[in-house]
Amino acid sequence: MTTEALTSTEYIRHHLQNLTCSLQGGHFHCAHDAAEAKVMGFWALNVDTLGVSLVLGVLFLFFFRQVAKSVAQGVPSGAQNFIEWIVEFIDNSVRGSFTGRSTLVAPLALTIFIWIFMMNLMDLIPVDYIPFVAEHLGLGHFKVVPSTDPNATIGMAIGVFFLVLFYSIKIKGVGGFVGELTLQPFGKFGLPVNLFLEGVNLIAKPVSLSLRLFGNMYAGEMIFILIALLPFYVQWTLSLPWAIFHILIVTLQAFIFMTLTIVYLDMAHQEHH
Amino acid sequence: MNINATLFGQTIMFAMFVWFCMKFVWPPIMAALEARRKQIADGLAAAERGKHDLDLAARRSAELLREAKEKVAEIIALGDKRASEIVEEAKVKAEVEAGNIKARANTEIEQEVFRAKEQLRTQVSAVALAGAGKILGREIDAKAHNDLLEKLVAEI
Repeated sequence: MTTEALTSTEYIRHHLQNLTCSLQGGHFHCAHDAAEAKVMGFWALNVDTLGVSLVLGVLFLFFFRQVAKSVAQGVPSGAQNFIEWIVEFIDNSVRGSFTGRSTLVAPLALTIFIWIFMMNLMDLIPVDYIPFVAEHLGLGHFKVVPSTDPNATIGMAIGVFFLVLFYSIKIKGVGGFVGELTLQPFGKFGLPVNLFLEGVNLIAKPVSLSLRLFGNMYAGEMIFILIALLPFYVQWTLSLPWAIFHILIVTLQAFIFMTLTIVYLDMAHQEHH
Repeated sequence: MNINATLFGQTIMFAMFVWFCMKFVWPPIMAALEARRKQIADGLAAAERGKHDLDLAARRSAELLREAKEKVAEIIALGDKRASEIVEEAKVKAEVEAGNIKARANTEIEQEVFRAKEQLRTQVSAVALAGAGKILGREIDAKAHNDLLEKLVAEI
């Protein structure tokens, strides 16, 4: 909650500031406010984003790996049943949208879905808990939802973008891919227009992926922060419905990111005609 | 909320997670799912086969039952036939036997009659002789007229 020293604006700003740290100047130091973070420039790391992402990713893979190691053919029990349910759901989604054959796409989709789902789920942790703990650990800022940091979503979108480029070139060859970018939709005489249109088309993929996820989660987080500005005894009347609604958003956004990734990779695998 | 090197870190982390998932998580789970799918398919096929076998067995048993019934009917018919044959045979035998017995009895009766006749003849001849002797007195010698008397006896 707000203390006397903090105005609402400062409170919000505080909550929206990542724990940005840098090794510049030969020693490891973290920014105390947005201005300081800005000064650090590009070669700084949002330690909270990376840390939480890493922990969630490792948790996800550890849990799934444990089940995968002891997976039994017979009647599945408990955790295995749950994991299999997810895996089959992902597998069906991939089979439904991806027409090519690839051993990468399904595990990629699984990783995206679960990882992003868990990142988004951090949004449901009451907004003051983690910063409060972090403050007492001597960390000025701590944003616990990695997907409200554009770096995280853009980082993942870049990964997907590389895969799109890789498969486009692998399936169609450099010539085919360049041809696809330059020779349609208006034939070779409209080459500059074609390149512009197809270029926008291509760049729009990672941008739409990352900004959609970021925008949704950022907006959700922002509303939680705004609700947290209210007196504590009325907060639940708004935060509870919003949290329940947010469960849907959390799942939906993870699902959309996954589905769009599958679709983009499917487009990369298809020859245009 | 500024763009910085975090996004590279995130990309690298993403790539590593995807690689790990692709290598160590997805294949065993999918293999298990596939194996179970196959197991279930096999089980269903086996059940189908079992049902088919059951149908066949039921058909076979019905056939066997029908055959057995036919055989039983045949045997009963044969038995009936044999029984009537035996009765017929027995009748024939009995008739033959009865004929024999009757013939034997007839012969015996004839013999008895003959014997009685013979006896009667001798007695009659004796009575006649005695009568005649009484009538004629001493005039008739039994020895001398024995031939006559024999003839008379034969005529009677």
